[in-house]
Amino acid sequence: MRVRIIVNLKPSVLDPQGKAVRAALKSLGFEGVDDVRVGKVIYLNLTGVDRGQVKEMVEEMCAKLLVNPVIETYEWEIVED
Amino acid sequence: MRFGVVVFPGSNCDMDCYWAVKEVLGEDCEYVWYQEKDISDFDCIILPGGFSYGDYLRAGAIAKTSPIIEALRDFVKDKSKLVIGICNGFQILLEAGFLPGAMLRNKGLKFVCEYVDVVVENNETPFTCLCEEGEVLSIPIAHMEGNYFADDSTLRSLIENRQVVFRYHGFNPNGSVYDIAGICNETGNVLGMMPHPERCCEAILGGEDGLKIFRSIVAYHGGKVEA
Repeated sequence: MRVRIIVNLKPSVLDPQGKAVRAALKSLGFEGVDDVRVGKVIYLNLTGVDRGQVKEMVEEMCAKLLVNPVIETYEWEIVED
Repeated sequence: MRFGVVVFPGSNCDMDCYWAVKEVLGEDCEYVWYQEKDISDFDCIILPGGFSYGDYLRAGAIAKTSPIIEALRDFVKDKSKLVIGICNGFQILLEAGFLPGAMLRNKGLKFVCEYVDVVVENNETPFTCLCEEGEVLSIPIAHMEGNYFADDSTLRSLIENRQVVFRYHGFNPNGSVYDIAGICNETGNVLGMMPHPERCCEAILGGEDGLKIFRSIVAYHGGKVEA
């Protein structure tokens, strides 16, 4: 089973990297880009884990290591069975 | 006084800290491997700067899972035991929850390596007791993620509890909220700071202001130090 976790900075947190990317896009001539936020994607390949256990497991992983709740939010989904 | 300097895979300021404490101050000092589980013999633990685990995931995020960090949780329950995290050490203390808030990438997106002025906001801590309140120290910084962030209520409580120990003076090099350069926990025995005091402990290296912090620690612990 393959799980995808997307980690983003909270909307209230300034993303200097996103700002720099937005400025670069503008300099390339892309108009109308109001805002850019850069996040990260984490893929987990799981074996021997029940579908029913995944939610609890992913949430615990995110709480303990993968996400810093002070500055980040996350969403996740099972992308392959 | 007995200091321990923790060595993580990727620490690179451990020898500077050891040198400052052992050779410059003449205190007892040992390296402590990050797998160590018993640190009860030490009076002060230094988490040095560097790039523990290559800053993978987030700076300090993987280091917080090490056995030494678990040992540190018991260690700090004794108020007379001190912990100072410098640069990556500060990032680890935040990630591990010893101190509130988090680090973001520098506002200017650049690694900043230069001397900065920091003002001592609180001189009633074990780490600043030989400084004057409002004293300006010149200490080098060298970091990519030093943009300290805390939400409004956390920041308010930091200020109210006098946990803001150092603030950048005149120029904020990384965009940190309230110009914060260093904070302590509520008990006051854990300090995290981005500037590197261990890099300015001898005149030949450009300055001695960092020595005031290490001397404060020794003085607080009851050791005799030259003023």
